[in-house]
Amino acid sequence: MTLHPTSPDFKDNAHRALHDPELQKALGHVQHGFIYKRQSAVERLPEFENLREAARDLKNHVLQHLDLYLETYERNVTAAGGQVHFARTSAEACETIVNICKSHGAKSVTKGKSMVSEEIGLNAAIEAAGMQAVETDLGEYIIQLRGETPSHIIAPAVHLTKEQVEGDFRRVHTHLDDARDLSEPVQLLTEARGVLRQKFLDADVGITGANFLVAETGSSIIVTNEGNGDLTQSLPRVHIVIASIEKVVPTLEDASLLLRVLARSATGQDMSVYTTLSTGPRRETDPDGPEHYHVVLVDNGRSAMLGTEFEDMLRCIRCGACMNHCPVYHAIGGHAYGWVYPGPMGAVLTPSLIGVEKGGHLPNASTFCGRCESVCPVKIPLPKLMRHWREREFERHLTPAVQRYGLKVWAFFAKNPGLYSLATRAAMTTLAWLGREKGRFASLPLAKGWTEYRDLPAPQGDTFQAQWRKRQRETRR
Amino acid sequence: MSARDDIFSNIRRSLGVNGKETPRRAAVTQRLADTPRGPIPARGQGSPAARLATFITEATRVSASVVVLDSVQSVPQEVARFLQEAQVPLTLKRGSDARLADLDWQAAGLDVSSGPSGGSDLNAISHAFGGVAETGSLVLLSGPDNPVTLTFLPDNHFVVLSGADLVSDLDSVLAKLRRIEALPRTVNIVTGPSRSADIEQTLLLGAHGPRRLHIMVVLG
Repeated sequence: MTLHPTSPDFKDNAHRALHDPELQKALGHVQHGFIYKRQSAVERLPEFENLREAARDLKNHVLQHLDLYLETYERNVTAAGGQVHFARTSAEACETIVNICKSHGAKSVTKGKSMVSEEIGLNAAIEAAGMQAVETDLGEYIIQLRGETPSHIIAPAVHLTKEQVEGDFRRVHTHLDDARDLSEPVQLLTEARGVLRQKFLDADVGITGANFLVAETGSSIIVTNEGNGDLTQSLPRVHIVIASIEKVVPTLEDASLLLRVLARSATGQDMSVYTTLSTGPRRETDPDGPEHYHVVLVDNGRSAMLGTEFEDMLRCIRCGACMNHCPVYHAIGGHAYGWVYPGPMGAVLTPSLIGVEKGGHLPNASTFCGRCESVCPVKIPLPKLMRHWREREFERHLTPAVQRYGLKVWAFFAKNPGLYSLATRAAMTTLAWLGREKGRFASLPLAKGWTEYRDLPAPQGDTFQAQWRKRQRETRR
Repeated sequence: MSARDDIFSNIRRSLGVNGKETPRRAAVTQRLADTPRGPIPARGQGSPAARLATFITEATRVSASVVVLDSVQSVPQEVARFLQEAQVPLTLKRGSDARLADLDWQAAGLDVSSGPSGGSDLNAISHAFGGVAETGSLVLLSGPDNPVTLTFLPDNHFVVLSGADLVSDLDSVLAKLRRIEALPRTVNIVTGPSRSADIEQTLLLGAHGPRRLHIMVVLG
């Protein structure tokens, strides 16, 4: 049921995205909002850098002891009256969840926001089994109405303008007055609140993700701003938590450490509005809450990343800071990446989870500017990991022939410094002479990819190496 | 092999371990026993008065309103005042928490009922387990005393916090949780009223949960 990836068509996707005026308008909000808000939150907390280092060390410790913490977690969920299920693949995870829903005679299922549920294609599986799946996070609800996937891991509808949302609400909420005013975001929010309130109350099963799983207590933790995750888990008879295996942390204090970096990195809040620890089903004397509590732990390729050069990626806490700060993401948005996870974290994770054959283009969509690594709350060396993928892609002959040939030509010269110096000198002298009048080129053979969008400056003098030698001679004098 | 066994054996193969190594087991046991804290922000630390000031600043920053009361007996009057000012009917839902049940609501003109919310209550009140100065957060425990539906379904949520339960940082309140008999089904850490910025990054209050959060800190 896994979402069919369009990552192999990354170049075409990116081209389309660059020429989509509505998308370009919507993406403006990412560039300005997220970066400024995160920066303000970080400046207000002098301990932030120390917290990042502690968060990185904690996640490394967990990954090295993942089997043992998962055992502890499983034991404590069971002790609290919950049930833990393990799923190797997307298909297994979907099957497990659909079976739980069916065993409770469910017709309607509400969902809190969960990226791993997108990864395994859960909504399609629920619908295929004849049940209704309703996304309740406002952004997720909007894209579900449009039949789209999230374009951002924490702001799923960030690629849309309010006019597009208005169009969707008018198309779907046909029971409401045609003449109503929906020109402002607040009117759209109020309408969604009203429509979804009934869905919450009618649901038989509520499914949430988990930001963290606490081994010590057997609790799952979700953070939301809307409160939808809480209505999703507290109103129906059954609560199902879906989480990937690397979400486990040892103790409540460890969850606290990660919470301190999560919201600040994501939305620039000190804390999200609702941080909820859920432990088991309702107690005997509880007047509300679900009667059943299930956790489905999904591997789906993660255990194979341990012990490899991509292990660092399993530290990711899904804040979205890397994409918020990525110039490539700013230009093309999330859908162009073609699968569930966009931006720098997606460029590393996608080939790990669906294969370098399908996701190999993504690690190439980076200028290696390093902003992603500099804002990552758990200090994942994203550019380095993307470089590892490029190497693997090259080793496996997945790189196009022209590029491979070009690299070989370059390598030949690079290994022969005398020839390299001679060739570059000749080329630079020629280019400098050709461009001597304008000082730039509007077009050049073999350089259309560059000159189509901007001029290429003509060389102003000698090569770098020649200038360096000259300077060395002068300083010695 | 079951999915469970398969996943555990894959993890162990990738890590090059068998799961029985004594040093690894000891490291895990120790961390679970010691519960070490990460760096704790200085922001919420200080005397009780400084803590209260920080709590008010932080809770206000996230659009909650805060008042300080000398006595819990003043809570009904304060709720009535708030609702009148907001031009909302004087109804209120509460749980069975004795600290709230014993108050004289009628004298303040409030029509109070008790139990969980079915979704039609405009206003509800809960008593917090604790407050966190660092972030202006409230910590609420689900159960018959303070049903979790009261925290999420009404439009206006009132929360009473005893000054003595206001701690400097999140870790301190979590440590207190460890001392209660058993964790309730949910521990809800609430930082301001519900909100969403999903449409064009415009921040709006009252997404699915309460539109207003009014905190009454009771000293004495």
